[in-house]
Amino acid sequence: GWMNKHLNLVPALVVVFYELDWDEPQWKEKQSECATRVEIVRQSLQGRNTKVAVVLIQKKTPLPPGEDVIASERAAALCNACDLSGKSLFVLPHTDHLVGYIIRLENAFYEHAQTYYYTEIRRVKSHKEFLNKTTHQLLFVRHQFKIAFFSELKQDTQNALKNYRTAYNLVHELRAHETNMLEIKTMAGFINYKICRLCFQHNTPLDAIAQFRKHIDLCKKKIGSAELAFEHAAWMSKQFQAFGDLFDEAIKLGLTAIQTQNPGFYYQQAAYYAQERKQLASMLCNHDSSVIYPNPDPLETQTGVLDFYGQRPWRQGILSFDLSDPEKEKMGILSLQLKEKNVLHSELIITLLSNAVAQFKKYKCPRMKSHLMVQMGEEYYYAKDYAKALKLLDYVMCEYRSEGWCTLLTSILTTALKCSYLMAQLKDYITYSLELLGRASTLKEDQKSRIEKNLIKVLMNESPDPEPDCDTAAVKASQKLWADRVSLAGSNVFTIEVQDFIPFVQCKAKFLAPSFHVDVPVQFDVYLRADCPHPIRFSKLCISFNNQDYNQYCVVEEAYQKSDILEQSSQGTMCLVPGKTRKFTFKFVAKTEDVGKKIEITSVDLILGSESGRCVILNWRGGGGDAASSQEALQAARSFRRRPKLPDNEVHWDSLTIQASTMIISRVPNISVQLRHEPPALTNEMYCLIVTVQSHEDTVAKDVKLTAGLKPGQDANLTQKTQVTLHGTDACDESFPALLPDIPVGDLQPGEKLEKPIYIRCGTVGARMFLVYVSYLIDTIVEGKEILCKCHRDETVTIETVFPFDVAVKFVSTKLEHLDRVFADIPFLLMTDILSASPWPLTIVTTQLQLSPSMTPVDQLESYVENVVLQTGESASECFCLRCPPVTNASGVATGCYIISWKRSSPVESVPVVSTVITLPHVIVESIPLHVNADLPSFGRVRESLPVRYHLQNKTDLVQDVEVSVEPSDAFMFSGLKQIRLRILPGTQQEMLYNFYPLMAGYQQLPSLHVNLLRFPNFTNQLLRRFIPTHIFVKVRLGMTEDNSIMS
Amino acid sequence: MVKIAYFDSSNSLGESTVMASAVTYTAEWPVLVSIIFSPPQNYPLYIRSVPTENELKFHYTVHTSLDVVDEKISAMGKALVDQRELYLGLLYPTEDYKVYGYVTNSKVKFVMVVDSSNTALRDNEIRSMFRKLHNSYTDIMCNPFYNPGDRIHSR
Repeated sequence: GWMNKHLNLVPALVVVFYELDWDEPQWKEKQSECATRVEIVRQSLQGRNTKVAVVLIQKKTPLPPGEDVIASERAAALCNACDLSGKSLFVLPHTDHLVGYIIRLENAFYEHAQTYYYTEIRRVKSHKEFLNKTTHQLLFVRHQFKIAFFSELKQDTQNALKNYRTAYNLVHELRAHETNMLEIKTMAGFINYKICRLCFQHNTPLDAIAQFRKHIDLCKKKIGSAELAFEHAAWMSKQFQAFGDLFDEAIKLGLTAIQTQNPGFYYQQAAYYAQERKQLASMLCNHDSSVIYPNPDPLETQTGVLDFYGQRPWRQGILSFDLSDPEKEKMGILSLQLKEKNVLHSELIITLLSNAVAQFKKYKCPRMKSHLMVQMGEEYYYAKDYAKALKLLDYVMCEYRSEGWCTLLTSILTTALKCSYLMAQLKDYITYSLELLGRASTLKEDQKSRIEKNLIKVLMNESPDPEPDCDTAAVKASQKLWADRVSLAGSNVFTIEVQDFIPFVQCKAKFLAPSFHVDVPVQFDVYLRADCPHPIRFSKLCISFNNQDYNQYCVVEEAYQKSDILEQSSQGTMCLVPGKTRKFTFKFVAKTEDVGKKIEITSVDLILGSESGRCVILNWRGGGGDAASSQEALQAARSFRRRPKLPDNEVHWDSLTIQASTMIISRVPNISVQLRHEPPALTNEMYCLIVTVQSHEDTVAKDVKLTAGLKPGQDANLTQKTQVTLHGTDACDESFPALLPDIPVGDLQPGEKLEKPIYIRCGTVGARMFLVYVSYLIDTIVEGKEILCKCHRDETVTIETVFPFDVAVKFVSTKLEHLDRVFADIPFLLMTDILSASPWPLTIVTTQLQLSPSMTPVDQLESYVENVVLQTGESASECFCLRCPPVTNASGVATGCYIISWKRSSPVESVPVVSTVITLPHVIVESIPLHVNADLPSFGRVRESLPVRYHLQNKTDLVQDVEVSVEPSDAFMFSGLKQIRLRILPGTQQEMLYNFYPLMAGYQQLPSLHVNLLRFPNFTNQLLRRFIPTHIFVKVRLGMTEDNSIMS
Repeated sequence: MVKIAYFDSSNSLGESTVMASAVTYTAEWPVLVSIIFSPPQNYPLYIRSVPTENELKFHYTVHTSLDVVDEKISAMGKALVDQRELYLGLLYPTEDYKVYGYVTNSKVKFVMVVDSSNTALRDNEIRSMFRKLHNSYTDIMCNPFYNPGDRIHSR
């Protein structure tokens, strides 16, 4: 009442707006009208301290104060008339700057309002001063609160907070008793809310949290009346919720919360108290339905409202602690309890929990979120909203499962099972039962046994027994649902994918080998193991493969008889005994088309129940394994644990590993392939590779095919530089392939041998891999089934190719001196040298020199090395005398090419001849002005005349002036022109004759001829030396030899 | 005074029983002790609460506290490994219990839940209890018959 009064009813300031200009002609009338209005307002305020202000709305812009004399006069008059102070009179000119004026007005009003609240606070304070702490304890709180409240209205938050804190402390100084406990808590809660809110506003969240903690610690134990304990829980819940809301609001305004301190915790705690409230209510309010609501209603008051917050309606205004009217008290409590009965607790709890979930989601607490969702699910279960409960529980289940918290998972599953039972949700019921019976469940044996029995009932299309601790009414309803479900004919086949949970049957499928030959039956084992307390029968086990043709071979089925299902014989093949590993072995013949392919188990299906009743298909993807098995396999692999010995044909479950796929590979070939050849291969020769294929099969190998050639996958250039042919007699060219595929060879009888030569031409040197691949078909019988197998054997060989020989070519002068250039029209020699590099003997069939048009031979160009056999390292040389007519271009002149026809020296005559063409190098041709050649015998004799003739030939179109001189040598005397100057006409030659007379024997230097061309100063004697001999061998005289020998 | 001992459960043949270690606490026994395996599995290797009633609630408390542990570990990742403090301190307070955490270098977590009203257990006591727990855990790991990841049994 009081707060509402000050918030909404009592104004701090009343403003009278009046349209009046200073130069209003009827000023008097208007002034009195305004005064009347102010008076009316005053009257209606009835002496409250509310401020009154007048605003004159004027059309003219006011002059600056003090200039307008009329205005100030009239203002004073108006103030007088209205009994106002000058400060409460305002002018609002209705002109361009309206907004500015309004803001100024607002500030002015705000100031007035603050003054009002200030005086109110003063008033309350003055009241308080008369109070006595011992007698007016209650009023102390009241006044303190009022001061704080006014401060807050005054927007003085700091002072408000200070006063609220004092008020809070005063509340707790009050003497608490059962009768006024509710009132105290209500007030404490209210003030606490105010404090926390202001703390958040002042951006001191830690103060807020500390205040709240203090508040909770102080009030936690103040339960009040035991019969109304739920009220305390409700109040606690409300406190937490309110604080959570405040916290959340502060965050929205920019506060940052952290993982361990966020509103979620408060909502969670609120939910916890709401749960406690529900429990207390169910304990305290379980009245008989015969108890009727008391009449007259003790909760009704005459006014319909309470005078003070938190007081009992039937005990208003009574300050004494003793109960004046016990009867009335009892009725009051009863009516409160009955009211509580109608509260939808679950709804409250769920709202709080979902608030908390939203918060924890924000602050990275996935597990906390899951935990709260479990609680929500459970609450939905209590509220009988099973569908929602299941949805929530199902959502979080996998997180607990993947983290391996079995106890928690089991508890969630138990609730989920109840929900699915109560809704008669068959598939869910079966799924949860499967998992509760499984190894991840921590249920006791008797519980598991009960669940298994129920599961068997469901499989037989009967209603299961109700789950324990279920609401009896709900059980009745569900029993009807189950009955309906049972009578329903269709949709009784359920496929349950097991890889997402941990069912009570485990499965591991294992191929016996990672690969099988096609002529051997494929074998694999399926291991099954049940973890449930009683043996369980199944009706069918079938396996699916990626090639569905095999599915039909891998089915275990038994005619299913209803009476057998409870018979606990462990001997039946279709029965899984708990703790024992059952092995099923399957065998089938792979199809020949699947050679080279992978056979994979795509799924294993175990069918529980019968198709006539109700059947559940447990489906393992791949070769078995569920949500927990990979972790278990890892643990088992790490373990050094010794396993106790088991009887034969039993295995340890942990030691089994899944092998869900196998390769089908072709039958082992029973033929031999041999290669005969003489490596290395020589470039461009037709290299012979003899393939010998021998069959060791017992039956005819049909359709034998040979693939031979360069192994694919090597350097692409090799493919172009390699040719393969079957016909070795004639050389092949570039058009031949590098690989000859599928050469039909016909059939091979058992033991038959076949030889096939293959010729390979390698254009470049280097190593090559050659593949010889023999394939054939053969009939075999596997498991009484005749199949046509394709077998093959391949051989690879690496063949090195080398150059057969090295050819060296050089140009030399007629003096056999090396030439780096030749002179036009002057003969020179071309020398070729074939050096064999082949490890095998080579036969040079012939050689041929093909000259280019610019070269002319001096004599016959016949080969000198025809039919020469070269061993390794041997060489064959030839020499040709050539001449080059003068050319105009200064750069090289093509010489031509040298063709060597050769073959490997081999007894086989058919080896084709290979022609290797060697392009000869270019040569630079230079012209010279003068050519000198000498005519002299091959040797001289001491003291015997040695005639020497020099021919000087003018090679230019000019007349040449030549200076010729001969320098004497110690070894010779000579006659002839020692120094001469002569002239040679173009194209003619001059002959110079000398007679040398050797004086000494041995290899002697001739008197040297010097030629000096006046026109060509470059023509040096150096150049001349190339053409004419400088030395000659001088023999002793015939007679002298004898003398010398005698003398010596 | 409470005494816990860990032993290896592997020897079903009874050839030899290996005593791993014994931990003796002079202080009052906490409400719950738990050892949680390293991620990604995060399942409890050992969990035991002293008042066995309402055990499920404590299990949930431990499980939810892993949120905070994860967060603290990821925040610590930036710090130097050598200088890391294994004791994580108070994870989060609930109305009635305090949850403390500790994490080994191999990310095995220890969580202890203590009654809020138990003033005998201060930070130092908790820290030393964790250290003892860590020592006994190390002893178990040293046992050649123990397979890391198996549940631990206490005697």
